[in-house]
Amino acid sequence: MSTAPARVKTLKIDDRDVSGREEETILDVARQNRINIPTLCHVPGLSPVGSCRLCLVEIKGSPKLFPACVTLVREGMEVVTKSERLASYRKMILELLFSDGNHICAVCVSNGNCELQSLAQNLGIDSIRFPYRFPKLTVDASHQRFVVDHNRCILCARCVRVCGEVEGAHTWDLMGRGTSMRIISDMNEAWGDSETCTSCGKCVQLCPTGALVEKGKSVAEMSKKKGFLPYIVSMREGRR
Amino acid sequence: MAKKIVIDPLTRIEGHGKITIHVGDDGMVNNAFFHIGQVRGFEKLCEGRPFYEMPSLMARICGICPVSHLMASAKACDALMGVRIPEPGANLRRIMNLAQIIQSHALSFFHLSSPDLLLGMDADPQTRNIFGLMAANPGVARDGIRLRQYGQEIVESLGGKRIHPAWVVPGGVNAPLSVEQRDRILSLIPEGIDVILRTLGWFKRGLEKYREEIRVFGNFPTMFLGMVSASAGLGFYGDGWLRIVDSTGNIVADHVDPRTYQDFLGEAVEPWTYLKFPYYKPLGYPEGIYRVGPLARLNLVNHCGSPLADQEFAEFRTLERGAVLSSFHYHYARLIEILFCLEKMEQLLHHKDILSKHVRAFAAPNNDEGIGVAEAPRGTLIHHYKIDDQGRIIWANLIIATGHNNLAMNRAVLQVARRFVDGNKLQEGMLNRVEAVIRAYDPCLSCSTHAVGQMPLTIDLVGPEGEVLDQLRR
Repeated sequence: MSTAPARVKTLKIDDRDVSGREEETILDVARQNRINIPTLCHVPGLSPVGSCRLCLVEIKGSPKLFPACVTLVREGMEVVTKSERLASYRKMILELLFSDGNHICAVCVSNGNCELQSLAQNLGIDSIRFPYRFPKLTVDASHQRFVVDHNRCILCARCVRVCGEVEGAHTWDLMGRGTSMRIISDMNEAWGDSETCTSCGKCVQLCPTGALVEKGKSVAEMSKKKGFLPYIVSMREGRR
Repeated sequence: MAKKIVIDPLTRIEGHGKITIHVGDDGMVNNAFFHIGQVRGFEKLCEGRPFYEMPSLMARICGICPVSHLMASAKACDALMGVRIPEPGANLRRIMNLAQIIQSHALSFFHLSSPDLLLGMDADPQTRNIFGLMAANPGVARDGIRLRQYGQEIVESLGGKRIHPAWVVPGGVNAPLSVEQRDRILSLIPEGIDVILRTLGWFKRGLEKYREEIRVFGNFPTMFLGMVSASAGLGFYGDGWLRIVDSTGNIVADHVDPRTYQDFLGEAVEPWTYLKFPYYKPLGYPEGIYRVGPLARLNLVNHCGSPLADQEFAEFRTLERGAVLSSFHYHYARLIEILFCLEKMEQLLHHKDILSKHVRAFAAPNNDEGIGVAEAPRGTLIHHYKIDDQGRIIWANLIIATGHNNLAMNRAVLQVARRFVDGNKLQEGMLNRVEAVIRAYDPCLSCSTHAVGQMPLTIDLVGPEGEVLDQLRR
């Protein structure tokens, strides 16, 4: 534990006076104060990457929007987490994710247990305004216990981070740019042939959608257990 | 002058189809065709998917009989895994399947066909529907709605959803039965039996009125095909064997393993419809015509397998000396099957192991090919899959119950059109009889070709040059 006194910042989030330590993000402080900001790529315990942009917030005095998961609190900040503008961007982000992959909830193993699906429900999305791309993507079922279905991958890179940062195996990575980007195992080999994969399953449990799943799960059966991560991370920090 | 009468789309059936009737110079009917002009391609779109997603994916073919597809698909997946599923799991699947037959048969009989039977084939089409029935005969309408509701409630109570429950999985079912669920289902059965016995009563008393329809509603010799149970009774879950009888009721083939279907069933294609024409290979096409579904099943079995249904069955089989040939009696057979399903469900729910927690087998795929067969409400349903070494589907073939009846439905349409349609002057009631014979088969066109649509009805009388000579519109 650091002995230096924590520098506390005071700020407003949605017109509420709140305070946080200087190394904390807007998202951290909002969550401590039970102010909900939707997130998708963010997982407490993994390094934030700010890639999904769902946690965008407004800060008074700036025309830009800021991702709450990677923006540190500052003294006197006035943050707005809910506005028509933010809602319309968040909806648009999710709609683009839906149109970019092949997300057929009704026949998905993660139906009812999917973060993408529940975010869309919470934001009231009932149709997608953009044309679906219907990309032709593959399913890799070469691993003995797990399956990766690229049709359902939203490239949040949680799997990449948990595998590298927590398990230390770094089996997963991202390859390609733009619409041709994919997650790959090892040097773009079949998952079942991976030399580095320890089959620990952390990537599967943290995957927000039905992209990484346990083999043999039928439709709507794949509920994920995410509770292990804070436990593992805090145990390691305590030991340090 | 030669004319063509088109009935498009057909009303009060499941799915979308049309009929054309060709009329000669003398106003007599020359020919008639039952067309299905849609295609959906489920066999193609499942390619590449992991096999254990198949039951729920394939159930999406239909909102009326998703459970039948769940059964056939799950059984095909069991075969891919190479497992014999735990008996309580199989019994729970059987119960859901029986509930499905009840709701589908109730829909066909009460909602779709009973307006013809109770209000009359020539009644005003504005009121010749379930709403007209509610006004004219609220008791019957209530019975029908309640009976269908029982079936749906039982499906929901087991699977959590009325339509497309995800409870049936490769290897069994994904949750055991609770005491509360069992008691809830058991509590529905007595009233269901009362309803169906009451319905059989008025239906049988009214048969005399329909003597002419019975005579020409698809009344011709064909073979009948279907699964029988291990004791040669009614067995919808399809774990007995396949039997084929001829029009005199003699057994043509018995103890046939349904997995060999490709050896004895051929599929012919006609350019004017997307629905293929399965036929019995040894007799060729179209002589190998056969029928499936409730009428076929009651012509095949030695008995039903439950006390009240067996009594009704004995009476039914006295209608004709050999097999019962009139397709009008699909309705009759459907009612007896509902009675059987209710009784059979009660038997299964009292089975000593029905509350067992052991309802699912787990295995990686052990076979690269699997075939699942079940008796759907409309007849024998076959799902046939092949997978690669990672368990992904590489090929699928579905033989849908409605397809088996395609030849027979076409022949029935012609028979009814010849008897009732006068090409010189169209009358709505004539054409309704042509539709009603199709309804007797309860075809599910969304299953067999997989499409749904709005169903206003226009009937055009078209001359040889394409000019519309006469038109009726609902």
